Amino acid sequence: MSAQPEIAIVGVGIHPFGRHDGVSALAMGAHAVRAALADAGLAWPDIEFAYGGSEDGGNADTMVAELGPTGLPFVNVKNGCATGGSSLVSAVTALRSGAFDVGLVVGFDKHPRGAFQNDPADWSLPAWYGEDGLMVTTQFFGAKLQRYMHDHAIPTRTLAQVAEKAYANGSRTPHAWRRTPLSAAEILGSPVLAHPLTKYMLCSPGEGAVALVLCRREYLERLPDARAVWLRSVAFRTRRADTFEVFSPSLPLELMPSPSVDAAREAFESAGVAPDEVDVAQVQDTESGAELIHLAECGLCEHGEQVALYDSGATQIDGRLPVNTDGGCLANGEPVGASGLRQVYEVAVQLRGDAGDRQVPGEPQTGFTHVYGAPGVSACTVLSR
Amino acid sequence: MGSRARRDQAVAGSADLTPVALEGGEPRLVAGRCVECSTHVFPLRGRCPSCGGDVERELLPAQGTLWTWTTQGFEPKPPYVADDDGEFVPYGVGYVEFAGYLRVEGRLTEADPERLRIGMPMRVVAVTRGDRLTYAFAPE
Repeated sequence: MSAQPEIAIVGVGIHPFGRHDGVSALAMGAHAVRAALADAGLAWPDIEFAYGGSEDGGNADTMVAELGPTGLPFVNVKNGCATGGSSLVSAVTALRSGAFDVGLVVGFDKHPRGAFQNDPADWSLPAWYGEDGLMVTTQFFGAKLQRYMHDHAIPTRTLAQVAEKAYANGSRTPHAWRRTPLSAAEILGSPVLAHPLTKYMLCSPGEGAVALVLCRREYLERLPDARAVWLRSVAFRTRRADTFEVFSPSLPLELMPSPSVDAAREAFESAGVAPDEVDVAQVQDTESGAELIHLAECGLCEHGEQVALYDSGATQIDGRLPVNTDGGCLANGEPVGASGLRQVYEVAVQLRGDAGDRQVPGEPQTGFTHVYGAPGVSACTVLSR
Repeated sequence: MGSRARRDQAVAGSADLTPVALEGGEPRLVAGRCVECSTHVFPLRGRCPSCGGDVERELLPAQGTLWTWTTQGFEPKPPYVADDDGEFVPYGVGYVEFAGYLRVEGRLTEADPERLRIGMPMRVVAVTRGDRLTYAFAPE
């Protein structure tokens, strides 16, 4: 590994994911903040700055009504699926600048039930695209995956194995939404929503919140009891021309790699870590196929190698490359503002050895997280003990 | 340039543009081609997304091949307009490749996975939705 890491995660907090009627997204966010502060051994007035955000859950900075209006600079972030990643990148940059020693990021959300609803006008698309029934995110997942399976000889059973693992891991995760294991037969037998994807291969919009306390290396002297995890790198990229993204009425004949490829490469390079050094990983699993595709796009396996990885159990908690050990989006749902930070939370907990029933054995040293979202954004991190 | 083509050019990129034109009775997709860099554009819009150059109206061929596909198994939320007052029927969605041009996304007239395969020949068909003309792709 490269030079001494500068930025540490010293506090982690989570509000359970799922559905919480009567609890606002901001209240979940504040719950996560208090948990992260307690974990770090800090109080809210110690926090020098904060970045936070949600898609549908309100303005993060209004949490000070509950946490205390200490006058800190608190920036609201709203960047779709990259909201958590954007907060994290911003916080790391603020710390690296030397302007601050300790800060906090928080992501939270609460979405209406059912599939996400989008207006073509918000996406620079003509009205007919929505009226004709093409403005549905699951169509992108199904269509991209159908082609990927064709090109790389991936059978349907591998999709079922991804979801089966997710619910098995979710059953061991106290804060997960879906905690009942499902068999491959049940997953394959559920209604087809976007061929080849069935109901249980797709995550649902949901609710939840995560907060992280971050500090500079020097600040750790003030926190003798903290159990720091090093945030070795954060990379955040948006799409380049000619990539295959959601809500694309047309595609060029020659496609360019996804922003996930760029973000992952940058995260590994700036951390001085190779993909084969990763002991525990989180990749965006909006649906079963996304987990497979993202593993390869991030360099964690070859395209097509996924079949052997899932047949052999390599991505299970006790496997060679444990993936989405908390059940990922499939078992936790997708509160857009919170998901990216949930991934970092889970890897930090695994590296500390605090993951209980879902702990990866053998004291994992290095972790990786990857988030991907519309309209072509990706954020990746590399973490270590 | 005919009057229809002029109208399309005038509303290029606007929400009003009809994505399909009947050329000698045959439905063809209304795309565009950048006069500067030759990038193909669908739907037709006023400026090239690649270089910002002017875009000329261009009709795509009537036939292509299925590049990928999926199905829509549940009724979409608005602004989706249902076909009729009846119960929702799942429909197919896919990208059809027009060799030498680009790949266009659209509804398929076929939704049975057993009857869809990547690479099969597809044809552009005109469809009326509400009082509006649009397109779909039908297996040849």
